[in-house]
Amino acid sequence: MNEAWLLLILPLAAAVLIQLRLKRIPALAAAVSVLSVVLTFLLSLIFAASDTVDEAVFTWAAAGDFTIKIGLQLDKLSKGMMIIVTGVGALVHIFSLAYMKDDEAKARYFCGLSIFMFSMTGIVLANNFVMMFIFWELVGFSSYLLIGHWYQKDSAAEAAKKAFLVNRIGDFGFLIGILMLWGLAGSLVFDQMALPAQGPLLTAAVLLVFCGALGKSAQFPLHVWLPDAMEGPTPVSALIHAATMVAAGVYMLFRLQFSFVDAEGIRQGWQLFANHSGEIIAWIGGITALLAALMATQQDDIKKILAYSTLSQLGYMIMAIGLAGHTEPGHPNLAGESGMFHLYTHAWFKALLFLGSGAIIYACHHEQNIWKMGGLAKRMKATTLTFVIGTAALMAVPGITSGFYSKEEILLATLHGGHMTPLFLIAAFVAFLTPFYMTRLLVVTFLGKPRSHGAEEAKEVGNLMLSPLLILAALAIASAFIIKGAGINIPAMFSAIDPRSHDVHHDSGIATLVLGTSFAALFAGVGLGYFLYKDRDSDPLENNNLFQVFRNKFYIDELYLKIVRIGQDCVAAIIHFFDEFIINGLLVGGLSRSVGGLGNLFRRMQSGNLQIYALLFGGGILLVVYLTVFFTS
Amino acid sequence: MLAFLILLPLSAAIAILGGFSARGTAVLATGANLILGLVLAALWSNNPEIGSFSLPVLDKPAIHLSLGLFDGMSVTMVLLSLIVAFAAIFSGKCPAGSEKLWYVSCLLIAAGAIGAFLSTDLFFFYAFHELALIPTFLMIGMLGTGDRKEAAWKITIYLAFGSIILLAGLLWLVGASGANSFLFKDLLAANTIPEPAQYGIAALLIVGFGTLVSLFPFHSWAAPAYASAPAPVSMLHAGVLKKFGLFGLLRLYPMVSEGIQSWIPLLVILLLGNILWVGMVTINQKRLDTMLGNSSVMHMGYIFLAFAALAESGGANDIALPAAVVLMFAHGISIAMLFALSDRVQQSTGTLELRELGGLAKAAPRLAFLFGLAAMASIGLPGFANFAGEIMVFLSGFRNWIPDYGLPLGQNFTAVQLGTICALWGLVISAVYMLRAYRQTFQGKPVPATENARDLTCGERMPAILLAIALLVVGLYPNSILKLINQKAAPKTSVSQTNNQ
Repeated sequence: MNEAWLLLILPLAAAVLIQLRLKRIPALAAAVSVLSVVLTFLLSLIFAASDTVDEAVFTWAAAGDFTIKIGLQLDKLSKGMMIIVTGVGALVHIFSLAYMKDDEAKARYFCGLSIFMFSMTGIVLANNFVMMFIFWELVGFSSYLLIGHWYQKDSAAEAAKKAFLVNRIGDFGFLIGILMLWGLAGSLVFDQMALPAQGPLLTAAVLLVFCGALGKSAQFPLHVWLPDAMEGPTPVSALIHAATMVAAGVYMLFRLQFSFVDAEGIRQGWQLFANHSGEIIAWIGGITALLAALMATQQDDIKKILAYSTLSQLGYMIMAIGLAGHTEPGHPNLAGESGMFHLYTHAWFKALLFLGSGAIIYACHHEQNIWKMGGLAKRMKATTLTFVIGTAALMAVPGITSGFYSKEEILLATLHGGHMTPLFLIAAFVAFLTPFYMTRLLVVTFLGKPRSHGAEEAKEVGNLMLSPLLILAALAIASAFIIKGAGINIPAMFSAIDPRSHDVHHDSGIATLVLGTSFAALFAGVGLGYFLYKDRDSDPLENNNLFQVFRNKFYIDELYLKIVRIGQDCVAAIIHFFDEFIINGLLVGGLSRSVGGLGNLFRRMQSGNLQIYALLFGGGILLVVYLTVFFTS
Repeated sequence: MLAFLILLPLSAAIAILGGFSARGTAVLATGANLILGLVLAALWSNNPEIGSFSLPVLDKPAIHLSLGLFDGMSVTMVLLSLIVAFAAIFSGKCPAGSEKLWYVSCLLIAAGAIGAFLSTDLFFFYAFHELALIPTFLMIGMLGTGDRKEAAWKITIYLAFGSIILLAGLLWLVGASGANSFLFKDLLAANTIPEPAQYGIAALLIVGFGTLVSLFPFHSWAAPAYASAPAPVSMLHAGVLKKFGLFGLLRLYPMVSEGIQSWIPLLVILLLGNILWVGMVTINQKRLDTMLGNSSVMHMGYIFLAFAALAESGGANDIALPAAVVLMFAHGISIAMLFALSDRVQQSTGTLELRELGGLAKAAPRLAFLFGLAAMASIGLPGFANFAGEIMVFLSGFRNWIPDYGLPLGQNFTAVQLGTICALWGLVISAVYMLRAYRQTFQGKPVPATENARDLTCGERMPAILLAIALLVVGLYPNSILKLINQKAAPKTSVSQTNNQ
């Protein structure tokens, strides 16, 4: 038994302890939860430097020759991911201490957070698909709990339900994909899978597995739950719906690329995506990045803007994962790694932005509409500073922010894809939209005059809330340099799929093109955003027909509502009708009526006394059994 | 020893008729029975013959009152019966004046179910089930709610019809096998049945057993009966007694395995009827109790799926049988818990109409918590036994899958694999109806019916907690029960056939 188990056990123990013993002592419950996450963070740091652990420790289920084992795989990939999960987790827990101080169900909240930490750790450390699926579902459940924390609000209860159901739709495909991949690769354990031959079966299996990521990482067309999930408390949005859980889809797909080690010790998992599945995945990612960025330009709720930007950035990561199967020979095959790298930098700066928005919402007496804020830069100097740093990282300000380095790698990967260059244009356009909508957010929220009573009264938040912001701000800048400083090739931090690709250098022409595009997109976006929104009291684009479409999220939610109404509720009603009146009424009912005819006769004799009928029936049956048996042999 | 498991509830029933305090006696008897059963199950691993007992009743044909723990499936089902019986009797709220009828009926149902799962003789296997059905009908007809007369008639006629078809199938089976007794071990060891007869027998068994398990399209008795029945009866029937049909199929199918194989495509369509068709019917329910009743019909589809996987492989699927047994156990416990708690909702708010409910979690947080637990278990959240069963059922569907790149994509799958893929959509359907109902009942703002609702008392929580623990133990560590199920049936030596009661 390895100590790595503590990573799973600590948060679980905290959750169980809170649920069973500490419900009435919320302060202690919070302390236990925070303690468990801080300890797991420290452990993750220790394990980061230790050897790779890959062991199955206990048999969860066994039948015949088949076993499902719960096993830990603590390798380069999961070690890095653990630091992200527990690091962001610890900061969010600490921030929550202040943010949820007066909540009447604080113990339940921290219990939910601990369940989440347990589940997420399970996904990261899983060494086989069944175990990953178990924790995958549990993560969805903890997200349901936390989105619905204020379940008495109808909107929160609906959002929680929606998140769960949309994820279930993704998991429907995911599970079929797992079953098929099991047959194709011969094992459910990541390190024991054999590389299947190319063919339509493999393409189908990979796409089905991708359905899981479609749900969890909220990619188009299953993206609709994530913006609604903002009904949850803001620290939850930071931890689950920005930094960690929504990245699980990316992580899962990269886990596949990271497996399938060949005889030379080279990871061949990218070959799973070297067919149409990789193209479709990359395109879905690109489309999501674009649509979400367009929607973000017209949101008024500060959390919704950030939610759509999360969707958009997740689209980048998914795009990179898909491109891994399509890098042309001669170019470094680092697309998947660049996706993971973006996951890593994004986690810190997006958590920062969400927690920052939490601080703002808290200071403005739970006002979330940016048009009712304004002038906050003067009133909340430190928060503003951290928020600006986070925004800079999201906009990918060259040279100093971590976001720049990771986004640059993804843009490069699109150009290395050969026939995938249209994706470069999409990615570049998104790189323009991102600074545009973030500048809009900054200008409207922090500059100008306060536009509501809440904004006028806003004052700087306390140190307990501020310190996580400051740490995250430092990481929004430094997270890329930490890795560089350690002498690691940036995208290779999660270990290269193919070590040979380190030797291939970026084509300097392509690199210049990418850098130039990034600069141009950034300046255009910031400039346009600044001049359009400076000193405005309402959105000048609000009544533009095109922007109306963005504001209404392309009417996708309305469309889905109709589909559910017609495709599910109406069909259910029709089927219910058939069930009631055809199967029951005519077919089987006819039979029971003819038997019932006899029964009627009988009933008249017994004046409807069911009791006696039943007794006679039972006795009769036994008699019939007895006689038949006695006389047949 | 095993006979005590049946005699205890029976003598408690007699004692109640003789004037003993009804509730006290019943609770005590089922509680003691549960403890006895747990001890026997623990000892069974080392001594598979424990407490088995065989008494010849008739020479020609040879019928024995023969009890025994035939294999891990029997042990699991007996444990399920004991747990649910205790919880049902403990949690039921009896209307004043009907104590005798109420508790005697429940005890008889429990005794019948336990007897059926303990019987190692086909005749008594069948007879014990019939014994349990009679009080079930009576309770619905006399103490049910709503349209109780019609519900009672419907279930009586359906199940009588199913039983008679089943009886015909069983008699044909025994006759064709040429076995010289009704003992399972003799039947299973008997000569193979000729193929033409196998098709007919298999069809009768599928329809007969199927009707008892509410296999589509013979399912429409179930939901109205469960909605109308007093809660303990719904718990005992949906949780335990209904599994008789699946148990019988899993026990007897090796005798007609070729016959069953020829019916597999049809069986897959029928079980998808349970999962998808009845699933959609469930979504459209407007009452909590009929929703639960339909959901229990739906979930039977998954167990039939495991059966189909087992039968398709001719028994060469090592996951299918354990999967079916785990899911039978899990479903039995979780549906019993849901019926018990929905009865509490009815008691504390006076209604089960979903549109009249809302925000109950505020006034009754404990009820909301436990109901949420059971709801999550029933829609297959990992950590609960239902997930373990369901994932194993799905894995069993693909256990013997051999991908062939030479074939077009669609032809790569057998009926069971295609069935598994379609059945997976059931995960979405069950989440839809369960979360909707939970949302509508417990979340949102309190409404008049729920504002002053009463929460569970300590005693009322007890049975639900017991059931929850059973779900969690098996769910967190399914191997605990799989070890039981996987244990090979003991070699039957002539020495151990002596009666050692």
